[in-house]
Amino acid sequence: MSGDFTLAGTTLRERTAKATDDERLRESLERAMGRFAGGRVAALSQIDDADALRTAARRIRHETLADLPRVVSQFAGQAMANGAHVHWALDAADANRYITEVAKRTGARTVVKGKSMVAEEIGLNHVLEAAGLTVVETDLGEWIIQLAGHTPSHIIAPAVHLDRHQIRDILQPQADEGVTLEPDPEALAGFARVKLREAFLQADLGITGCNFAVAESGSIVLIENEGNGRLTSTAPRVHIAVMGTERIVENFAQLDLFLNLLARSATGQHLSVYTNVITGPRRADELDGPEELHIVIVDNGRSELIGTEFAEALNCIRCGACLNVCPVYRQVGGHAYGWVYSGPIGAVLTPLFAAEQEESAELADASTLCGACMDACPVQIPLQDLLLGLRRRKAADAAKAEKAAWRAWAQAWGRPVTYRASMKGMATGRHLARLVSTLPGLRRWSDGRDVLKPAARSFTDRWEAGEL
Amino acid sequence: MRVELFVTCVVDMFSPDVGSAAVKVLRAMDVDVGVPPGQTCCGQPAWNSGFHRDAARVAAASLKALAAALDADPTAVAVVPAGSCATMIRVFWPEMFELTHDHERAALAKRVGARTLEFSEFVDRYADRLPPNLDAKAATVSAYHHSCHMLRELRVEHAPTTLLERTGQPVAEWSADQRCCGFGGLFSFKLPETSEAMADDKLRSLPDGCTDIIGCDTSCLVHMQARAGHEGHPVTVRHLAEVLAAALPASATAGEAR
Repeated sequence: MSGDFTLAGTTLRERTAKATDDERLRESLERAMGRFAGGRVAALSQIDDADALRTAARRIRHETLADLPRVVSQFAGQAMANGAHVHWALDAADANRYITEVAKRTGARTVVKGKSMVAEEIGLNHVLEAAGLTVVETDLGEWIIQLAGHTPSHIIAPAVHLDRHQIRDILQPQADEGVTLEPDPEALAGFARVKLREAFLQADLGITGCNFAVAESGSIVLIENEGNGRLTSTAPRVHIAVMGTERIVENFAQLDLFLNLLARSATGQHLSVYTNVITGPRRADELDGPEELHIVIVDNGRSELIGTEFAEALNCIRCGACLNVCPVYRQVGGHAYGWVYSGPIGAVLTPLFAAEQEESAELADASTLCGACMDACPVQIPLQDLLLGLRRRKAADAAKAEKAAWRAWAQAWGRPVTYRASMKGMATGRHLARLVSTLPGLRRWSDGRDVLKPAARSFTDRWEAGEL
Repeated sequence: MRVELFVTCVVDMFSPDVGSAAVKVLRAMDVDVGVPPGQTCCGQPAWNSGFHRDAARVAAASLKALAAALDADPTAVAVVPAGSCATMIRVFWPEMFELTHDHERAALAKRVGARTLEFSEFVDRYADRLPPNLDAKAATVSAYHHSCHMLRELRVEHAPTTLLERTGQPVAEWSADQRCCGFGGLFSFKLPETSEAMADDKLRSLPDGCTDIIGCDTSCLVHMQARAGHEGHPVTVRHLAEVLAAALPASATAGEAR
């Protein structure tokens, strides 16, 4: 039901261990994360009361999601009145089927794509390619990872795991014979611009994501820095925008508030370079724009979250700020999370959205619950609380041995007498050791850290002996 | 003034000296210190692992001990020499007992939580009771590590550094001072490679020439020291209570052991 799930056959421990072994990856991440996180702080400090804005944003998201069916209906009605086709897709298969049908009916052969996380979520590219279409990603980062056969490793910077030398090597085969590309970011971007322009001119179908959908006008809003979103949505004859059900805002006043927060939180920009507001296909008196506009609203499990303890995950506006401040992400990057969404929000969304429920449950452990994510989130999603909720869900399904170990620990440390006994003489270890031994893939503490020696006499012993 | 000390299992077991240092500082503030009998652990390991019922079972013992001691003296305050355990008591206990439908303990936990302070928070709040001439006799520049729960749940940010300033202990600017050290309780056992990489990141970013880390959570400190020792990094760690205790004038510590 979902896209490329790379978790199969690997554990979180294996993936994170592999990532932490990759010095080059860690260098790329540290560089980028430092820049993004620093940019966010600087950009938000220019707003009078950024925290008040975040609180307002959270409230608005709550109100909209509480009334989601009505707001989405209003949006769909307006969009159709503007001349767009609207399709509600219950799941990934439904969305992919509709998009493939539109492509076939309109005789499309080449598809240009703007960056879309939900398209990654539903695995759209594979479905289109299997149907015989050529798909070209036009966001530079997305194009790079498409050529490399990677999945995105960051919500807004999909190729952030690569440095300029690696990117040069990936792009080189695209160059004409005899042309050698230099590992210079500007030169590489210039090369990509020329190459991608050819694709734009050939394409008969453009597929984009959608950052916000405005209910009052039926508009979709695309936020981007490269202009590829504008070209993708205007040059081909047909434009399909794919959006998650929760991308919705009620009106332009709300959009204004979110625009104020999104780019600042994401990249430290005041506003992205392009903010495209698309209201219907090309009209009779217009020069640009597609003849047909389709909006595919993908639910894929979202509606089921409303009213649950995980509903706030739907408030996410996909800025990536939680990734940029996450000390775990900083060390392991996005691929260690195994699916399309990474970082703290990915550790929450993946167990909720991915079809592979069993394999993805352990993602809730990919956090120290340090809370840096919530402090950075522009809509104040309590990510650490959601992760804790997912851990409780996982604990309820835990293996008997793990449950028994916790019960034994609780029985021992729930009574002062047995707690004291376990402290004494370092029979200590027994309950802890049993507990720790149930953890999957356990490595001994002392393999990478000096041994921890309990004190010869506990504080309580000294206190009771009147020594203090 | 009376303080009921919640020792925490980590201090009790691994760093009893931190507990004694806290007692020493509190007494120098002319505070009567009690250690409520019957306390065990705050339940944090199980709570953070999603086993809230087991966490509540353990916490119930500590709640009972603290509540009894605080009830005995309506002016007493509970003090915890660990930011994350103080957070557990103040922020998570009420929620945890509610989740187990134990409304009575949830209400009791709220009352206890309202009278619970993290160690630096207490000392800073009643800093006028500290002896005037604190001197850390500092030979080195230190770095201060903000532990996550203390910083982002309790929002105790300035109290520790304000107190360090008072002792004359120089504290260097540290770009990573608010970044998690990678301990995270069982996180460090479940994803040990990542946990170690996070500690390495923290240690690498220490200001030049600075090898002394001061903090308010023994677990973070022990984690960083254990990793540093393994890697041959010459770092030392000290709990704020130890720094303050060492900075007390001789007169303030004479005639202790009551």
